[in-house]
Amino acid sequence: MPRLHSAVELEEFRAGILAARDPARPCIAVCGGAACGGLDSAAVAGAFAAEIGRQGLEARLDLKTTGCHGFCEKGPNVVVSPGDVCYFEVRPEDVPDVVACTLRGEVLDRLLWTCPDTGRKAVHMDEVPFYRHQTRILIGDNPRIDPTRIDDYLALGGYAALAKALFEMSPEQVLDEVKKAQLRGRGGGGFPAGSKWETTRNAPGDEKYVIVNGHEGEPGAFMDRALFTGNPHKVLEGLIIGAYAIGSHRGFVYTRHDSPQLIRHVRTALAQAEECGLLGEDILGSGFGFHVELHFDVGIFVSGESSALMRSIEGHPPEPRPKYIRTSVAGIRDQPSNLNNVETWANVPQIIGRGAAWYAGIGTERSKGTKLVSLSGNVVNGGVAEVPMGTPLRTLVYDIGGGVPSGKALKAVHFGGPMGGSIPASLLDAPLDFDELSRLGAPIGAGGMLVMDEDTDMVEVARYLLDFLTTESCGKCVPCREGMRQSLKILTNITQGRGKDGDLGRLDDLSTVTGLACLCALGRTSADPLKSMLRYFKDEYEGQIAGGGAAK
Amino acid sequence: MSEIVLQIDGRDVAVSAGTTVLQAAQQAGIRIPTLCHHEKLEPYGGCRLCMVEVEARGRTSYVVSCLYPVEQGLVVRTRSDKVDMIRRVILEELMAHAPDAPELVRLAREYGADRDRFEKEASFCVLCGLCVRYCAEVKGKHAVGFIDSGAAREIGFVPELAAKECWDCQECFALCPTSYAQAAYLLTEALAFPGRRKAHSRPA
Ligand SMILES: Cc1cc2nc3c(=O)[nH]c(=O)nc-3n(C[C@H](O)[C@H](O)[C@H](O)COP(=O)(O)O)c2cc1C
Ligand code: SF4
Ligand code: FES
Repeated sequence: MPRLHSAVELEEFRAGILAARDPARPCIAVCGGAACGGLDSAAVAGAFAAEIGRQGLEARLDLKTTGCHGFCEKGPNVVVSPGDVCYFEVRPEDVPDVVACTLRGEVLDRLLWTCPDTGRKAVHMDEVPFYRHQTRILIGDNPRIDPTRIDDYLALGGYAALAKALFEMSPEQVLDEVKKAQLRGRGGGGFPAGSKWETTRNAPGDEKYVIVNGHEGEPGAFMDRALFTGNPHKVLEGLIIGAYAIGSHRGFVYTRHDSPQLIRHVRTALAQAEECGLLGEDILGSGFGFHVELHFDVGIFVSGESSALMRSIEGHPPEPRPKYIRTSVAGIRDQPSNLNNVETWANVPQIIGRGAAWYAGIGTERSKGTKLVSLSGNVVNGGVAEVPMGTPLRTLVYDIGGGVPSGKALKAVHFGGPMGGSIPASLLDAPLDFDELSRLGAPIGAGGMLVMDEDTDMVEVARYLLDFLTTESCGKCVPCREGMRQSLKILTNITQGRGKDGDLGRLDDLSTVTGLACLCALGRTSADPLKSMLRYFKDEYEGQIAGGGAAK
Repeated sequence: MSEIVLQIDGRDVAVSAGTTVLQAAQQAGIRIPTLCHHEKLEPYGGCRLCMVEVEARGRTSYVVSCLYPVEQGLVVRTRSDKVDMIRRVILEELMAHAPDAPELVRLAREYGADRDRFEKEASFCVLCGLCVRYCAEVKGKHAVGFIDSGAAREIGFVPELAAKECWDCQECFALCPTSYAQAAYLLTEALAFPGRRKAHSRPA
């Protein structure tokens, strides 16, 4: 791979890649994302390679293994372009037929999506309901990219936004654009990214750091991994642009230690970007230099919290620090450090590339752009979906998610995992919006959306989430450690039919004090699920206390 | 050092920059309850009993006074309904472990805490960390430490170190609000190096 010394060389290199590709030649993209991988999509990819080899079709068919396509429920997924023909639940035995049909320019009927009600088939991606109701500006490139090849990213216009930022914009202008786009953090807090960048940019310090939070510890959340594993350069490009705007020359990627594929793809992406002169000293001959180190979490949930994460990067155990001084002012080694989530960074290239006005045109008044959502639980179509902010939750559950399985009624949806909240089915027309869902007590969090049917026991849901967090609390401060311990005991008692008078008052006090008095956000939000339960499902709690457990 | 004027419970208090709200209150003779705080140790912020209500830039928030730095014009209330409620529930939580610890009993009376509010789990330790931090920060020995995290957190003496270091020290016993440190030590001693009881009684 050549080292590129200017924006012109980047464009020439890109033109070369495109010229060598025949857009009419079919390409078979096998999903190698976590879910499809778990269903042995590698065997499917292997079967394609063998079939292509056996028939000597190398010049007529392209094959690639990509990141997550999104529709995990129906994996292994295969998409054939041009035309984005979607095949689902593909097994190695199906491969010769897919190849034969593709060569003839035909479609293999039996692997298409079939409407469970009408039996109608959908051929192209934009006809499959799961995809049709989405706006896939972040994850839509996944089926076109082999994450280990920077060529694929460049072919789709990759790193053009970086060149634009470096050569056509001052750091202030980049910052301004992100502020105008009203980009808000996707890691849970929804904090305006532009103002955070500005704080770090203006804070005094010898060095400034920018960091990707790729920890994604929230159970039931898998969209950061889908995006980062499937399209690592997009996140990296965003990070480099952010570093330029903030005036940082050193960055960190902090990510999961237990995801070998993610680690491999990020490592490869870093090496390739460096080789191409898109990372390192004098990026694209601009004079701007930026280096990135890869760090791994230690497998505990709290290490995704900003101050704990920075402690961990420094080499200490990830214990949260009190936030009376913000990490954007004094973070890693007490230097100004700007931390953003994977998805937040991934939004940056398109904001710079297409402009803040375009970006701010998507979404609601105060929540802009699209949001990745992991759909799971009692929903027909589980997977990763991307929708414009403001999309009604009903669209996510029914149009995209295909509704609740076995004809059951919907009871509630839960956002934000163990630090989020549940809202009842009656509020399903609420929009996916940071402020609106916070107001309802189910903050978006990172975007894990759990769908629950009529049989769900809401006491058990709260107990389960708290049980998860109890082992994740560091145990340093009393309201977190003891609040969880006592709440868990009370909830366990209720589910086992040993609830007693005063339990709801005790839960109320415990969750209020936990919310006010804990040292870090893990503790402070640990009672949020419980608070939402007491707000919307109090009857069920009272019923179980009075009636000696869940009515079964 | 520059002087900072803040208001605590309606009184103007002048202190030097870098002081914590707790220190400022102490200097003004205003008492804030603490459990994990000790002058010789780094502020820890674990027990959260010293929580106060502060108003800065038009926003009210709840912060631990042992860590919160003073700032010009800060308005602090060391008692309010919310502050009292926080302290009451924290005391009730702690008394599930150490219902008879003298300091907790005294504070429980002041804040109306019910020692029997929550299911008992008499571990006696309230995990204030005084023993652990004193041993590490003042003595530099690390003979007693935290084991495990979350609700499973405990303190424990490291037998090999305890056999060597604790015999002539035992200074942490007096810091412990519940006498659990001594009990934990004696247990370690009995299990790890029996027969070496000290003839005289423990230091007061
Ligand atoms: C206990 C805890 C765990 C967290 N885990 C994550 C995580 O896994 N990924 C993430 O991006 N943010 C996580 N956060 C939020 C981060 O502290 C931080 O707000 C975020 O990374 C900032 O990025 P953003 O502004 O782009 O959202 C966590 C917060 C807490 C309190
Ligand atoms: S709130 Fe919980 S996780 Fe955070 S510092 Fe306190 S004990 Fe540790
Ligand atoms: S004295 Fe401040 S938290 Fe314990």
